[in-house]
Amino acid sequence: MSENHELRVSKIKNGTVIDHVHAGQALNVLAILGIDGSDGEGVSIGMNVPSDRLATKDIVKVEGRELSQEEVDVLSLIAPEATINIVREYDVVEKHRVERPDSVEGILSCPNAGCITAADEPVTSRFDVLDDGVRCVYCERIVRDGIPALIER
Amino acid sequence: MRHGNILTSKQLSRADIEAVLDHAAAIESDGSAAVEDRSETVLGLLFFEPSTRTKMSFETAIKRLGGDVVDMGSVDASSVKKGESLADTVRVIEGYADGIVLRHPRQGAAKLASEYVDVPVINAGDGAGHHPTQTLLDLYTIRENAGLDDLTIGIMGDLKYGRTVHSLAYALSNFDTRQHFVSPESLQLPREVVFDLHQEGASVKEHESLDPILPELDVLYVTRIQRERFPDENEYQKVAGEYCITTETLEAASDELSVMHPLPRVDEIAPGVDTTDHATYFEQAHNGVPVRMALLDLLLGDSDE
Ligand SMILES: [Zn+2]
Repeated sequence: MSENHELRVSKIKNGTVIDHVHAGQALNVLAILGIDGSDGEGVSIGMNVPSDRLATKDIVKVEGRELSQEEVDVLSLIAPEATINIVREYDVVEKHRVERPDSVEGILSCPNAGCITAADEPVTSRFDVLDDGVRCVYCERIVRDGIPALIER
Repeated sequence: MRHGNILTSKQLSRADIEAVLDHAAAIESDGSAAVEDRSETVLGLLFFEPSTRTKMSFETAIKRLGGDVVDMGSVDASSVKKGESLADTVRVIEGYADGIVLRHPRQGAAKLASEYVDVPVINAGDGAGHHPTQTLLDLYTIRENAGLDDLTIGIMGDLKYGRTVHSLAYALSNFDTRQHFVSPESLQLPREVVFDLHQEGASVKEHESLDPILPELDVLYVTRIQRERFPDENEYQKVAGEYCITTETLEAASDELSVMHPLPRVDEIAPGVDTTDHATYFEQAHNGVPVRMALLDLLLGDSDE
């Protein structure tokens, strides 16, 4: 059974498998990591894959690239249940869960049109990460829902 | 607080607040109580939004301390239209001034400015965000009239967009206060502010009507409800009358009640209230100068350094 599901997304030789992403969030995972294939890396995505833990889940496999801890932590904003598998020569050599960072910079844009970061200023967006959302350090707006929509693309 | 910035009232501890208020009281009773000779001090006034009162209050304060100002005048009409960024503007003014007072229509503007300059930045209002120096003069006035502990305060009007309200609420959470917020539902405190006040363990209650709480208040802080916040005139008229303070309204209040307002008012406090013992708003406005003198004196540090 499980082998059958695995076949939906091909194995990778070297790189990162991001597993247990909430169904529907795979493209946001790529966006938040800034991965669009333009660097030539192979990217495969499984969407709505049956899962024991999440009922259905998305999987993202990035060939030839090992994610840094910082990148992994940022994922927690949209994929808090995600597990990260680092693959070398077809073997999973590291496996870990994401952890929420204290803050994120240059990743999300503030939805408050009255915020100074929405003006034409040389400023990098910065959000504190709360238990249940994020908060702009400039205007102090709290965002709990719709974080994927704030990802700077 | 020395050489720091004053960006929000959230950053002010009880000790910070008391240091400013005590110094303001000393300056008010004796003009020579200021600690430094400020004859070499120049304050940069950057007002990207018109605010004659706040600007004049700062200007008077630094001049009474012996210093002077550089004033960009109507910034709105000049550099902003040419597209100069705030980050550039403050870096230029930093070359002329020992401190910068910034009024700006966007939230977080003062914080951004503070990241680009080494001189102290004082937030004189950033959009719907903060207005910490207004808060200090409000607190000074409250302390003179009712004290800051064991205080029951009603804050009424446009609580959603009212930066003076947000700043005041944060600062009051340092003291033993019961805060009652009175507004139409559509102009309630932003949830962010309520979240923060709860985090601080503040006693906060929200109401749509003043009547049930008026008798227990020591202070009633009134702010204006603006017509343009309402989609139609009828909705506004319905609400406006309900949140207008008259001498009849105050019959139910304690004799000791202070009525405050950051001014300018339009019709939310009837002129009849002016001659009652409740009216504290003009005194409040006058307190702006000693409080800002105290703040500048403490914040700008030693001119010899
Ligand atoms: Zn913001």
